[in-house]
Amino acid sequence: MTSKPRLLKVLDITTFIFFILALLMVFFIAPLEKVMGAVQKVFYFHVAAGWVGMISFMVAAIAGIIYLVKKDSKWDLVGYSAVEIGIAFTMINVITGAIWARPIWNAWWTWDPRLTTATIMELVYFAYLMLRQGIDDPERRNRFSAVYAIVGFISVPLTFFSIRIFDRTIHPVVIGSNDPSAVGAFDMTSLMLQTLLFSILVFTILFADLMWHRIRLGQYMNRVDELKLKIQD
Amino acid sequence: MEHKTSFYKALKAVVWKDLMAELRSKELISGMLVFSLLVIFIFNFSLELSPSTRAAVTAGVIWVTIIFAGTIGLNRSMAVEKDRGCLDGLLLAPVDRTAIYFGKSIANWIFMLIVAAIILPIYSLLYNSNVFSPGLILVILLGSEGYVAVGTLLASMAVQARTRDILLPILLFPVIIPILIAAVKASNGFLTGIPFAELTNWIFLLIAYDVIFTSVAFMVFDAIVEE
Repeated sequence: MTSKPRLLKVLDITTFIFFILALLMVFFIAPLEKVMGAVQKVFYFHVAAGWVGMISFMVAAIAGIIYLVKKDSKWDLVGYSAVEIGIAFTMINVITGAIWARPIWNAWWTWDPRLTTATIMELVYFAYLMLRQGIDDPERRNRFSAVYAIVGFISVPLTFFSIRIFDRTIHPVVIGSNDPSAVGAFDMTSLMLQTLLFSILVFTILFADLMWHRIRLGQYMNRVDELKLKIQD
Repeated sequence: MEHKTSFYKALKAVVWKDLMAELRSKELISGMLVFSLLVIFIFNFSLELSPSTRAAVTAGVIWVTIIFAGTIGLNRSMAVEKDRGCLDGLLLAPVDRTAIYFGKSIANWIFMLIVAAIILPIYSLLYNSNVFSPGLILVILLGSEGYVAVGTLLASMAVQARTRDILLPILLFPVIIPILIAAVKASNGFLTGIPFAELTNWIFLLIAYDVIFTSVAFMVFDAIVEE
């Protein structure tokens, strides 16, 4: 067993402190939105979690490409870790969205392009996990999951565009131009924007920290498997 | 001295092999056909397809039927190769492996088109409404191409897994949702007589999907069959 690297310890503590700061900013510094009230505060972590979900799946697809080129199982571990983290954060994104949508849209769920795409993306990566479960040979499992991570990631923007042409969105686009048909849109004050950007930064650091831990865990799991084989011999 | 059969020759041989095998056994197309008919009947009772509701859902019924039947066909076409060790034989042949992928895809595409060509007139007959239009045929050609391009790739992964019977639809369906949306919307447009110019968005989306996924599958297929 190697002990926890010092840099990782520093990263852990930084993540923890920054997360507390982000919470304080969300609850005490960012102004209360006039129309929506306190429920609007879900927005900061909602966007940040969605952002981490997207990065995770992108990392998984890139790790998949590198794995197929280099055939080094290290990259499979990176891809697998990223997918697991991405699933968790996309789930947070969808659930916080539903919490906000209930009072604002008067429904937990609508068949809106963004909601639907996020959920289909979640299903793609559930399928990824099931694919991994179904294959015993580790080398083959790594190859197949690399391929599926690439194919799945490419399909996500296509899904988004096809549903986007299908329906006009009611999901607010807070940054940049806004669709007049969006419900629950608002103009951000500079403090709100700062809080949002800080939340995204914190979640990105959290992502890096979790990735590191997950990869270490994966390495230990491989060690355990090796040791088990040794005992059997 | 390395001797490689040319790409087109190998591709033609794989397609020919699949078509001949099907001509002799007829198990794939007959299975897909009976299944499609059953799906249409199930839809008839579950959706209560009365003349008034029918027009709105025809495109959906046709596409769900094609996609479900396609899953059966894809699974079968790869399982046959796997079970009798034919895949290993194919891979040992000194040909470009992407020729095998394209050969299998084209054969699967042909099977799907044959099934579509039979169920469309049957649907028209059963519901006494003509569903034929050049636009719809174009949509079926494009839609099934994209479906088969991803489907053949994922089916060749799924058959090598322990859970292969349930794995293919789970892997395939979330990825082909863009095709389903575009195909259903475009088919619906053609069936309700919307002019072609207003449906070009969907046609372009289908073409984009076909091009992207055929080329991705082309690039990664090697990684799936190498042992």
